[in-house]
Amino acid sequence: MKIGIMVSEGPYNHQASDTAYLFARTAIEKGHSVPRVFFYHDGVNNSTRLTEPPQDDRNVVNRWSKLAEDHGVDLVVCVAAGLRRGIKDDILAPGFRISGLGQLVEAGIQCDRLVTFGD
Amino acid sequence: MSDMMDDMDGGEGVVKKFMFVNRKAPHGTVYALEGLEVVLISAAFDQDVSMVFTDDGVYELIKGMNTKGIEVKDFSKTYRALEGYDIEKLYVEKESMDARGLTEDDLIVDVTVLDSGEMASLMAEQDVVISF
Repeated sequence: MKIGIMVSEGPYNHQASDTAYLFARTAIEKGHSVPRVFFYHDGVNNSTRLTEPPQDDRNVVNRWSKLAEDHGVDLVVCVAAGLRRGIKDDILAPGFRISGLGQLVEAGIQCDRLVTFGD
Repeated sequence: MSDMMDDMDGGEGVVKKFMFVNRKAPHGTVYALEGLEVVLISAAFDQDVSMVFTDDGVYELIKGMNTKGIEVKDFSKTYRALEGYDIEKLYVEKESMDARGLTEDDLIVDVTVLDSGEMASLMAEQDVVISF
């Protein structure tokens, strides 16, 4: 099954990004595909390579980057939500790209399921 | 548009039922405003789009909004423009209206009022449900 994902909350403050990541990783392990994860609202804050959590904590941003590298997951950051929050191309972590809301709607059309994580 | 989606069906000509569920008050958080932006974009994809207003989301449609005191943009008039985007299926939940002492006369657009059971049936028919 093709599963699209939307993440609506920022890292660390909220569990949404952790749960979305674990869901995506598990879905792929179980033989499904996750063609795209769309980051919206404060979810855009998952994409910045300036993130530097303490050594003994998980690195939410790097985990997403690795998922993109290993499985070709398209990590899309909403341009409008990103600009509001200071997220621009030059601070993106590997695997992320900035694009429009159409990418979310497109994922809804083309995937078998669109699963959203947030409040 | 994107290489990663090349393995997916083209999606050309596919019409899905999209429902956007608005559950939050218009101000206090950005969900209502950014949610509305998604709805407007979705209009360009020729999908079967509907909107639901439930819980505090019914306040998004309230008449006579005045946001001067909190110094944020009043986007409530945008809901009136939805018709121009061919987004005409607007549903509000009766129980949410009743709990807040609201009637259809308090709203800036024409809506269909459904009780929670009817709303559940409508949601079950959808292909994609995105809530804000």
